[in-house]
Amino acid sequence: MTTLTDLSLTDAVAGLRSRAFSSRELTEAHLQVIAESRALNAFVLETPDTALAMATASDERLTRGEGGPLEGATLGVKDLFCTKGVRSTAGSRILGNFIPTYESTVTANLWRDGAVLLGKLNMDEFAMGSSNETSAFGPVINPWRSSASNRPLAPGGSSGGSAAAVAANLALAATATDTGGSIRQPASLTGTVGVKPTYGRCSRWGVVAFASSLDQAGPITRSVADAALMLKSMSGHDPKDSTSLPVETPDFPSFVGKSVKGLRIGVPREYRVEGMPAEIDALWTRGVEWLRDAGCEIVDVSLPHTKYALPAYYIIAPAEASSNLARYDGMRYGARVEGPTLSDVYQLTRSAGFGDEVKRRVLIGTYVLSAGYYDAYYLKALKVRRRIADDFTQAFEKVDALLTPTAPSAAFGLGENAADPIAMYLNDIFTVTVNLAGLPGISVPGGLDAQGLPLGLQLIGRALDEGTLFSLAGAVEKAAAFTARPERWW
Amino acid sequence: MAIDVDTVRKVANLAQIREPDARLEALAGELSGILKWIEQLDEVDTDGVEPMTSAVAVALPMREDLVTEGGDAAGILANAPKARNNFFVVPKVVE
Repeated sequence: MTTLTDLSLTDAVAGLRSRAFSSRELTEAHLQVIAESRALNAFVLETPDTALAMATASDERLTRGEGGPLEGATLGVKDLFCTKGVRSTAGSRILGNFIPTYESTVTANLWRDGAVLLGKLNMDEFAMGSSNETSAFGPVINPWRSSASNRPLAPGGSSGGSAAAVAANLALAATATDTGGSIRQPASLTGTVGVKPTYGRCSRWGVVAFASSLDQAGPITRSVADAALMLKSMSGHDPKDSTSLPVETPDFPSFVGKSVKGLRIGVPREYRVEGMPAEIDALWTRGVEWLRDAGCEIVDVSLPHTKYALPAYYIIAPAEASSNLARYDGMRYGARVEGPTLSDVYQLTRSAGFGDEVKRRVLIGTYVLSAGYYDAYYLKALKVRRRIADDFTQAFEKVDALLTPTAPSAAFGLGENAADPIAMYLNDIFTVTVNLAGLPGISVPGGLDAQGLPLGLQLIGRALDEGTLFSLAGAVEKAAAFTARPERWW
Repeated sequence: MAIDVDTVRKVANLAQIREPDARLEALAGELSGILKWIEQLDEVDTDGVEPMTSAVAVALPMREDLVTEGGDAAGILANAPKARNNFFVVPKVVE
């Protein structure tokens, strides 16, 4: 019998429904692998008691012939999602032992559909980072290793724990969030599938806020079909999030495997950046050929403001973060450092509670919003954001989707980019445009580089057109026939 | 634009973050580097461009002005570092 933890989410759900195995068996198998895999540091909190109780309840429903679309399926949850009665930290010291008294809408949707919580996953502090190294719980180690050396590699970030857990078969799938690339970049670096849906597709209610106009939840999985299944459950209008879109959720899994014949695929020339490894360029070319072979028409397109997306992002995201993170004052929840005056308590609490990268971004955000600089920085960035969004609108008059690399490199060593903030920021060069424009994007594994490390391809779609992305991603997945798995060294 | 230590101290104060002087020096360098990189935005012609304040072009929905939840002091105080008699306890602000 195949090891239960190796099953795809789609196959596991089918196996549970046919009673080939129970959710309790599946859950116990995952809990054991999680316990054996602590060297990866993917989980910041394991919840075995909750998991077994949820699995038992799922088995009872399945025995009665009931149960939702994810009944009994074992998931990990990024620690940015508030989970009722289960510590939620956002990867920060400042939240201390915060135990939410409410459940985020996205996770509530998953439990409604029968999923089982295995635990909370490690992440960059407040989702600010591209390597998981800013986490207060220490970095996640990528389960993938280079064939050339045994040095520990970063899984990407900020959803590093989600990506590593899924890549190492510690969970069938995981929730993640993406503000500038935090789902797609780690998916690319771990050989997994990651979806950043259209802004407003998933409710942000109960997700710890980083940059509210950019944050969006999505899944990380081991297949495109699994991603479609997860996103269908996670999505849906929520009156508690005023930016949640009042639209029906399409049956995403039905789009996987659909013909992509006749679709027009844009290849944006500005994504061919200086210094990009030849292997990534070659994979991109292969991706174009795969889609052409599947019957797509390939079109050269231009997104002229691409190079300005990251600098604009590093005004807008820190500005929003400096406002969102003002709530951490040690008064109502989270950690508090005592001091003689109120101001001392605020300052000591925030200085002890926030890590260096979070402080940097809060300071940049405060600076660009401060009197005298607002127009020069913040307003300018909002205008450039419009230019970037207009580039996409014009491109989508000619094409149905865009194909690009997901990240400018394969997994890099821990500590390699840590000294230079801008070098780290450049990880999001191909992903951040999508957040600024509010569009959906998906990363699919395309192949391995010469060191045996996975590389991803990104597809970008029109707003609310995740369905087409799932069809195209399914075609890329089929052509790539990516079956490599990280060899277990941990 | 390069920012100096005094500016960093002022901004840190606005953000209620207290850092030792040695760290302020380093931060001045780091933030100046980031701001210098950001300033390439000046190359973009944005004359007459409407600032983009929302990721999707939809009007925010209105709802009935009704109480939907409340009366849960215990839940609200559950994570308070200090609480007494259904209140948050904070340092004295008036002598």
